[in-house]
Amino acid sequence: MSKRVVIVGGGVGGTIIANLLVKKMRQEVKKGDVIIDVVSDNPIHFYQPGLLYMLIGLKNQDELTRDERKLLDPMIELHLHPAVKIDKDKNEVHLKNGVILNYDILVIATGSKPAPEVIPGLREGGNWFYELDACLKLRHELMNFKGGKIVLAIGLPHKCPVAPLEVTFMLDDWFRQKGIRDKVEYTYTYPIGRLHGLESVANLAAKLFPERDIKSETLFNMKEVDVNKKTITSIEGVSLKYDLLITIPPHKGAQVIEDSGLGQNGFIPTDRYTLKMEGSNNVYVVGDTTNLPISKAGSTAHFESDIIVENIASEIRDGLTPFRYDGKVFCFIETSLTKGTYIMFDYNNPPNVVAPSSLIHWFKLTYNKVYWLTPMGIL
Amino acid sequence: MADLKDIKADVVVDARGTYCPGPLMELIKEMRQQPVGAVVEVISGDAGSAKDVPEWLKKVNQEFLGVLEENNYWRIFAKKTKEM
Repeated sequence: MSKRVVIVGGGVGGTIIANLLVKKMRQEVKKGDVIIDVVSDNPIHFYQPGLLYMLIGLKNQDELTRDERKLLDPMIELHLHPAVKIDKDKNEVHLKNGVILNYDILVIATGSKPAPEVIPGLREGGNWFYELDACLKLRHELMNFKGGKIVLAIGLPHKCPVAPLEVTFMLDDWFRQKGIRDKVEYTYTYPIGRLHGLESVANLAAKLFPERDIKSETLFNMKEVDVNKKTITSIEGVSLKYDLLITIPPHKGAQVIEDSGLGQNGFIPTDRYTLKMEGSNNVYVVGDTTNLPISKAGSTAHFESDIIVENIASEIRDGLTPFRYDGKVFCFIETSLTKGTYIMFDYNNPPNVVAPSSLIHWFKLTYNKVYWLTPMGIL
Repeated sequence: MADLKDIKADVVVDARGTYCPGPLMELIKEMRQQPVGAVVEVISGDAGSAKDVPEWLKKVNQEFLGVLEENNYWRIFAKKTKEM
């Protein structure tokens, strides 16, 4: 009797898991003992971190996209139809085209995306770079920006927690290169009482902000945007005027998760060590889709994927799932257009930030080019 | 604190050992997403949370129910009393 593993989501987590599982169980897959399906609503795989570079003309769209089919091992079946319902009691995934996939093991990798509509006026007044069209619009605004007040405002939850700092540091440098930095008043806001959730990263920012003339407003959580007056107000009662509002909008998970009753706002209650959906023995959750209070980042999905693949293979072969996720996360942090640093941490070890350097920046640029090896399960 | 021990929160976020985004950000997220009347409990391994959370709740006029100090962690309770 063959075992069918269905993976819903063709982002970094879903694609890595599918490819690693084939590598791990190639003989079983060849014999038809294990069948692997990927369900995705998009034929294009997008390297989202590249948008930060595309924003200021350091990458173009073609460099950030690949055909999902070409990234997947040929023995994986790709269904390019959105999942509209997941029935965990019947072990079924329902696709929009009417096909129903029965699974023995399910991996949910549906990710998260910006939901600016949560904040009144934000969709109309704000600009963000976490999605292609929005990034192109903000890029246009930036290319024509001659000076004035820029406010960066951040919603919760959001993915890539260091991106707000990165875009701040990179824009600061970019405006300097353009020779208009003295005409730009840049205010970085943050939801809590320091400049980043991670204390060591907040300390780095606190050191660099005065050197770069970057203003800050902490304990600032967006309440509403007045598009006519060009002001953004926080629930803490502070209003800021802007000429250009850049935002990291609050995020939501996939609609199919809510529609299937699996988790509020599209995020699924998940065991932090096994990465199984709470109350389930045959459903794994990866990346942004979990409700775990950890960084929503590509590296999180990557490290979680290694554990999930080991456990799926072990479960099929031996009936055991002994591997445990230790909370590992790795993030590069660009601190200008020429220097960067990184952080690495897990459930037991907080991060320390090393001094920013050109070497780390170039390492990041190299990774941007070789990223495709990650979803292919090679790097 | 006997009453606090009896509280059954509508949402519990165990933020121990999760450094990013951190306990206060998790609480803010939940307070914004939950309906009025919901009780949110955040479990933090950082003593600073027992100070940061009540300060923020006071700033946004939401109710701080209290904190229970356990063995090297803190259980912090808040109630959403109005839309935010």
